[in-house]
Amino acid sequence: MSRTFLGTPAFPEAARAALADPQLRRNLAHATGTIRGKRAAVVSELEETGEWEQLRLAGAAIKDQTLLHLDEHLVALEESLVAAGAVVHWARDAEEACAVVASIAHGHGFDEVVKIKSMATAEIGLNEALAAEGIAAWETDLAELIVQLGDDLPSHILVPAIHRNRAEIREIFLREMAGAGRPAPDDLTDEPARLAEAARLHLREKFLRAGMAVSGANFAVAETGTLVVVESEGNGRMCLTLPEVLVSVVGIEKVVPTWADLDAFLQLLPRSSTGERMNPYTSTWTGVTPGDGPQEVHVVLLDNGRTRALADEVGRQALRCIRCSACLNVCPVYERTGGHAYGSVYPGPIGAILTPLMRGVGEDEQVDSLPYASSLCGACYEVCPVLIDIPSVLVDQRAQVVDARRGQVSHVGEAAAMKGAAWAFGRASRLGAVERATGLAGKFLGRRRVDPGGRGVVSRLLGPGGAWSEARDLPAPPRESFRAWWRRTNGADT
Amino acid sequence: MVTCVNDAMFPDVGKATLTLLRRLGVDVEFPTAQTCCAQPMVNTGYLDEAVPVVRTFVDAFAGYDHVVAPSGSCAGSCRHQHSIVARRSGDAGLQRAVEEVSPRVLELSEFLVDVLGVEDVGAHYPHRVTYHPTCHSLRMLGVGDRPTRLLRAVKGLDLVELPAAEQCCGFGGTFAVKNADTSVAMGSDKARHVRETGADVLVAGDSSCLMHVGGLLSRQRAGVRVVHLAEVLASTEASAREVAS
Repeated sequence: MSRTFLGTPAFPEAARAALADPQLRRNLAHATGTIRGKRAAVVSELEETGEWEQLRLAGAAIKDQTLLHLDEHLVALEESLVAAGAVVHWARDAEEACAVVASIAHGHGFDEVVKIKSMATAEIGLNEALAAEGIAAWETDLAELIVQLGDDLPSHILVPAIHRNRAEIREIFLREMAGAGRPAPDDLTDEPARLAEAARLHLREKFLRAGMAVSGANFAVAETGTLVVVESEGNGRMCLTLPEVLVSVVGIEKVVPTWADLDAFLQLLPRSSTGERMNPYTSTWTGVTPGDGPQEVHVVLLDNGRTRALADEVGRQALRCIRCSACLNVCPVYERTGGHAYGSVYPGPIGAILTPLMRGVGEDEQVDSLPYASSLCGACYEVCPVLIDIPSVLVDQRAQVVDARRGQVSHVGEAAAMKGAAWAFGRASRLGAVERATGLAGKFLGRRRVDPGGRGVVSRLLGPGGAWSEARDLPAPPRESFRAWWRRTNGADT
Repeated sequence: MVTCVNDAMFPDVGKATLTLLRRLGVDVEFPTAQTCCAQPMVNTGYLDEAVPVVRTFVDAFAGYDHVVAPSGSCAGSCRHQHSIVARRSGDAGLQRAVEEVSPRVLELSEFLVDVLGVEDVGAHYPHRVTYHPTCHSLRMLGVGDRPTRLLRAVKGLDLVELPAAEQCCGFGGTFAVKNADTSVAMGSDKARHVRETGADVLVAGDSSCLMHVGGLLSRQRAGVRVVHLAEVLASTEASAREVAS
């Protein structure tokens, strides 16, 4: 159970491998299509009344205001947590956060923990870090369990096993459950109810045995020191109430000032993520309640690149993200490549901006390829519950990649092409000269075939154009550009 | 604004736009100093390279009431990205010029419906047509159903609905070559949906998207023509007779 995204190639290459897998394409198209439909149905109920737009504006405003004074809200959160009996740890990066969690487990002599699905702990590679310390971390969310048992990687923020169908899941359960605890029944079928039952039985013994749970949090309320976890399966409720020790790893952008702020988010999140009006389980806890639930509560406040993102004037809006995944489900790129191609626990449009924002650009080709993994169609922005203008951030991140890489060998070709284009577009007479040259070339290029409109077609281009013509024809350049025609006729001959 | 793609590759789209606007009584000029909106540079991350192109743009189009473009993508770039480039230049004069000129850029269907107030432009186009709403018209400009309202008023035109119409065709500018495999996968689904409609003609308001989907349809020998919205709206019974003779 030690696979990581390390070594994922740059997006175009990783995508090529994913596109070649027809089963993956079918699984993704089916799953994203289903969630898209569910979301559209429950969001349209509120769109009709104008309420949805108001909720989005409120959600975005609360997050922006909080991020503007993040330092103050975090200190307030810490004070409330401590007053409620929790222990607060500050972690600058993944290594520090993992060390805190491991030392708490070691302090109690635990060699295993149960986990609630959490993006923050996936981001810091907590399971792998704990394994290296001799501590087993058991995922208890059904999809995370499938990923963990299959020694696989998550491919979606909300449904990390979205790339698997139920026949594949049955095989994983039959093959792997025995090695991790209670085995799957021999007569297991791929009926969803049977698969869920097998997972429930397998997990039950872990819930009852574990002395320590690890969670993330969807929200952290500063005024009361309350953490909030939103989930669907009840595994979270088990983890939050059964073990004696509870450790929550919380990104610093999860803080909201007041309970009242949850009003907007608890409506925005379930509708945007699972396509439900309300999620089945919303758990809130405030430090330690004597005699009820965990008696030792830790909160690890995690930076790990968030401060870097906050410093980015255009990109900081990405920290509004509430991890709903609506942008993944509508993204035409994600629908075809799946999540693994993004090389991060944060795939899809939000991942394509969060990863470079949190890690910085100009150092890693894989990270730098992510802002380009989009056709800029804008479908993500249209559904984002907190109005993150992902296309604009993508374009800004591209500019940062280019600026960081100016003069580097790997980018010389593209830079020269762009400089050439800028030169030609800088003056109309230069563009006219280029058009005369292509028009001349078109005379020779487009002679073999014509399209249904009677125009010559080019089927094979050389150089960088080869990437175009591998699957696409190109109309032969016209003999006379619009500009040349206008000059000849003064626009009279239409 | 004819746009660089139409100027260099699809001059008939520029001519059709001119014909259509003149037929509707608009005083149209083609400022010959124009080149490109700079979107290829901006969307690939080359902001410094975009600066002289935006400068050329505002110089060419200063002083007009409206700048009409047969492209949602180029109009969107002018309205939403020129200010970013101007800010980057640090040139206060360019920033002022952009504030003045770029918001006046309208996509063709916006100009026809919102400024001229027409939906029936007197066109005749006797073909089975399906329409792809390009992403930047739809989501960046919000042109809504203006193009289909214009198409529905065209005599003889049989408009059939395109399945999953609002999903991107996969062109995406330099995305089409930088991420060619993903671009083609998206375009292939779009081409399949177009074929499913049984239409003879695929219409859209952006030549670049049509070049991409058309390139796939052509490679597949699908027998479907791609035609720009301006060309459909410029067609009349008289012009069809002219072509036939």
